[in-house]
Amino acid sequence: MNNTILKTEALQAFYVLDLYGKSKVVKAVNDVDLAIQEDEIYGIAGESGCGKSTLLKTLAAATEPPLRVVSGRVCYRIDGVDVDVATLSPEAKRKLRLEYIAYVPQGSMSVLNPVAKIKETYRDFVESHVGGQSKVDAFDLARRHIIELGLPPKVLDAYPHQLSGGMRQRVTIALATLLSPRIIIGDEPTTALDVVVQRGVVQLLKDVQRNLRNTIILVTHDMGVHANIADRIGIMYAGKIVEQAPTDKIFGEPAHPYTQYLINSLPKFGDKSTRESVPGSPPSLANLPSGCPFHPRCPHVMEVCKQQMPGFTQLAPTHKVACWLFGEGENGKTA
Amino acid sequence: MEKLLEVEGLTKVFSSGSLLSRVRITAVDNISFHIAPAEIFALAGESGCGKTTTARIIMGFEHPTAGTIIHSGKKEAKNEKVWFLEGIQAIFQDPFGTFNPLRTVDRYFFETVTNYKLAKNRSDAVALIDRKLRSVGLSFEEFAGKYPSEFSGGQLQRISIARALLTDPKLLIADEPVSMVDASLRMSIVNLFKQLKEETGVSVLYITHDLATAYYMSDRIAIMFRGDIVEMGTVEEVLMKPRHPYTQLLRESIPEADPSRRWSGEIRLSDTEQDEYLKQGCRFAGRCPLVMDICRQAPPPDYYVEGVLVKCYKYSENSDGAPVPAV
Repeated sequence: MNNTILKTEALQAFYVLDLYGKSKVVKAVNDVDLAIQEDEIYGIAGESGCGKSTLLKTLAAATEPPLRVVSGRVCYRIDGVDVDVATLSPEAKRKLRLEYIAYVPQGSMSVLNPVAKIKETYRDFVESHVGGQSKVDAFDLARRHIIELGLPPKVLDAYPHQLSGGMRQRVTIALATLLSPRIIIGDEPTTALDVVVQRGVVQLLKDVQRNLRNTIILVTHDMGVHANIADRIGIMYAGKIVEQAPTDKIFGEPAHPYTQYLINSLPKFGDKSTRESVPGSPPSLANLPSGCPFHPRCPHVMEVCKQQMPGFTQLAPTHKVACWLFGEGENGKTA
Repeated sequence: MEKLLEVEGLTKVFSSGSLLSRVRITAVDNISFHIAPAEIFALAGESGCGKTTTARIIMGFEHPTAGTIIHSGKKEAKNEKVWFLEGIQAIFQDPFGTFNPLRTVDRYFFETVTNYKLAKNRSDAVALIDRKLRSVGLSFEEFAGKYPSEFSGGQLQRISIARALLTDPKLLIADEPVSMVDASLRMSIVNLFKQLKEETGVSVLYITHDLATAYYMSDRIAIMFRGDIVEMGTVEEVLMKPRHPYTQLLRESIPEADPSRRWSGEIRLSDTEQDEYLKQGCRFAGRCPLVMDICRQAPPPDYYVEGVLVKCYKYSENSDGAPVPAV
């Protein structure tokens, strides 16, 4: 596939902590292979503490100690050339951000400067990336962009605290898309919002994607949002992607026992039958169980699960799963 | 019908701003509802609709501007707070914020036991605590002497529920109890409430913005919008056949975990919440697709349609009973 825009190969990113002479390794991203295409919305689902946010940080090349990329690489395809982000200088990375890859964080409350009007924040962004623009030009650019996205232009003159949570989140999305980036990373962008506002924000993200024909990597634990927006979904458990498939496959024929629990535990309208959630609790990333990390909670656990992590088995050309129930993994790779 | 808790004409006005430019926000506007014994009653709505304020008033954290709360036939009075809270216990949203990180969790249990004189000596207290912990799927051994950081969010929320159950309350007030719990564990907490209701007959006031879990576990539901209850009835009626335009919008906006039923059409969002609070007539009029002239003039009264309370002029003609004036 040649329109892969972002690729990771055997990516491992660990938090290496030194506590009172004892070292502790938190395996937050453990052997992740991703190939994200141009013009698609890729969803990553998983519970809190499974390493989703760390994966995004690594993808955005924003790793800072104690987080270290232990092995593997992250490659962007820029103008037809694969670029390994680890080899870039800090200046080149800074340039890539916002112009090539933009990040929409969860808490829009703490993202916008509380003592500056929204338009001042816009001007900061424009100045640092475009340069040579007067104040008036920068404001003008901001205003045009805001109107294009269908937000009321009066928000530019407001302070962040004067806006509602949903409006702040939409302003943050507008800010992230100001320079038409090729990749937008959204880390739980709708999580703290009400359903009606959430729908508005998802609508805005979809509109942006349709206009720019770029890539959105969307992380959320809300399977309902994934069902509504994602083209493909990767299910993450304890630092690993355990299943990846197009959205209707994930919801229609979930293969991994964890995915099945995630899908089947969702309450549905018009159906009051008892829903079971996954037994047990999520593992600590600092002290992972041996073999498949899901085996202590899995109802189908076998002896081999306790010893070895399965590789990926290709159930269909676009559907792969890492579980011993489906074979040994044609990729032959075990983690 | 027997009523465990009755709320009548509850109103809370917050004012902000300086002396000269005072803005008065009616966070809870003359709402009335009741909770029957062994019933899960959901109070649902967006953030800022007044649902948490209502809960805080019932728990006595906030003083109402007007209205009364009657619990087991008795009115809430200031000097009877301890008696009142013995029958009503609360569970909060953030399990990590509920417990002090520097205290072991069992101290909260012993404190409650001491405050309500629930046990004569320590071994009685341990037996009581163990019994309550077992009803939520934990045990005293695995919890004694541990700090909150040693538990997962789901376990802490169970501990929080067990603590609330110590006094054998008649009513649990659960303010968004599952919104901070991991997706994979959420249903186990929701199932626990259902199970407690069936086994011990405790009622639950379930405050949430998540209509899917509200449908799954509740018996009756009230939809709040900007301080008002706009629709109230059994979950089957309210959520499967929403009548008020706001309930319809809310119901349509829930992302269903089904890729074949994606959202279609665009929606309009309100620019600021404050404008809607200060509106004269129906507060939803600015966004309502069915808005009429009368909606902008006076707030609609309560209409009853097939046993469901709906606050909307659309139902002024086919109302079952006599319309009850709003004020």
